[in-house]
Amino acid sequence: MADRLSGISRREPAGRSPRVDAVPPFSSFLEEHRADVYRFLLAAVGPQDADDCFQETFLSALRAYADLRDARNLRGWVLTIATRKALDHWRARERRPMPVEELPERPAPPREDADPELWRAVGALPPMQRAAVIHRYVLDLPYAEVASALGCSEEAARASAAVGRKKLRATVLAGEETG
Amino acid sequence: MSDVLRRLRATDVEAASKRAAERLVGRAHGRGLVDVAFGTVDSPLGSMTVFVTKTGLVRVAYPEERMDRVFEEVVETLSPRVLEDPKGTERARRELDAYFEGRLHRFRMPVDWAFVPQGFFRRVLEETARIPFGSVSTYGEVALRAGSARAARAAGNALHENPVPIVVPCHRVVPASGGIGKYGGDEWRKAWLLRLEGAIPGDAGRSEAPG
Repeated sequence: MADRLSGISRREPAGRSPRVDAVPPFSSFLEEHRADVYRFLLAAVGPQDADDCFQETFLSALRAYADLRDARNLRGWVLTIATRKALDHWRARERRPMPVEELPERPAPPREDADPELWRAVGALPPMQRAAVIHRYVLDLPYAEVASALGCSEEAARASAAVGRKKLRATVLAGEETG
Repeated sequence: MSDVLRRLRATDVEAASKRAAERLVGRAHGRGLVDVAFGTVDSPLGSMTVFVTKTGLVRVAYPEERMDRVFEEVVETLSPRVLEDPKGTERARRELDAYFEGRLHRFRMPVDWAFVPQGFFRRVLEETARIPFGSVSTYGEVALRAGSARAARAAGNALHENPVPIVVPCHRVVPASGGIGKYGGDEWRKAWLLRLEGAIPGDAGRSEAPG
């Protein structure tokens, strides 16, 4: 938010400026949302593939950006794109099932955010529950935005997040008992 | 809140997302998706921001300019697909660096006139671009070459709104009555540039920014 170039964080008194919702330069948009998108993808597809999905998400956003007219909910917009990329990724995974911890296609880079237990627990959730849990409990999105990112009703988003969270807790507790 | 969620929330993604964003710029450039590339040039006249389109250099902004306004104009006039793209601005940065080091006397990068209305204003700037390093013209001379001998004042206005100072050398246009005249980027800069080029006596290196 401290970015002086950021158009979207600049709010002028209502009614005075018709350009409050003007589309900001893509550089500001990227700077403002990169961390949220990365965090979502890290939780959604794991550290191995987060970067690839990040690239695809923002390249898609950039392609569409020239024709964008409404800048009111850019965070929701880009998280919707990221969710679609994560769903594509999961679908591709289902076609050739390979647990992350057993068959990495590339050697996993040593990094501070790699925590196998964490990704196993999140990765065990069905796609919609996984996305709903991350949107709601990791990114703190309101249910209306979770629903729009997932393309479902608000009730369905609530249900997915609740069930997913319960399963996650059960998995983690089970893991702690056995290991 | 389960432990897993707490850890996911606490994961530091700042460095990783920054690296990912830098990679994205490279890919966007490679795919031709950057409509306007920008970057900064550190110079003896302060840190300047340059904007480059696929056509050429479109804007050079001095540090005092309201950068939010400059970006707004770029988005509205050109495109919102604006990125800080080192490859896209490489030539502009290299030529400006060489100019400030006294190694380059004529800019070779193309100019994109998108911010200059067609007609007299554009002709004034095109004529100004032909004034060689080390020499000066008067407002009246430039107006005459642009096709309107009596429009010296209008020529001054066109030069004042030059979107690409230094590269289109509006500092080389001076009043017929003497002195160096006005400059959109502050007069001390005009004097500094004219000294660098040897058009007026003095050592450019000794005249630093005031204050």
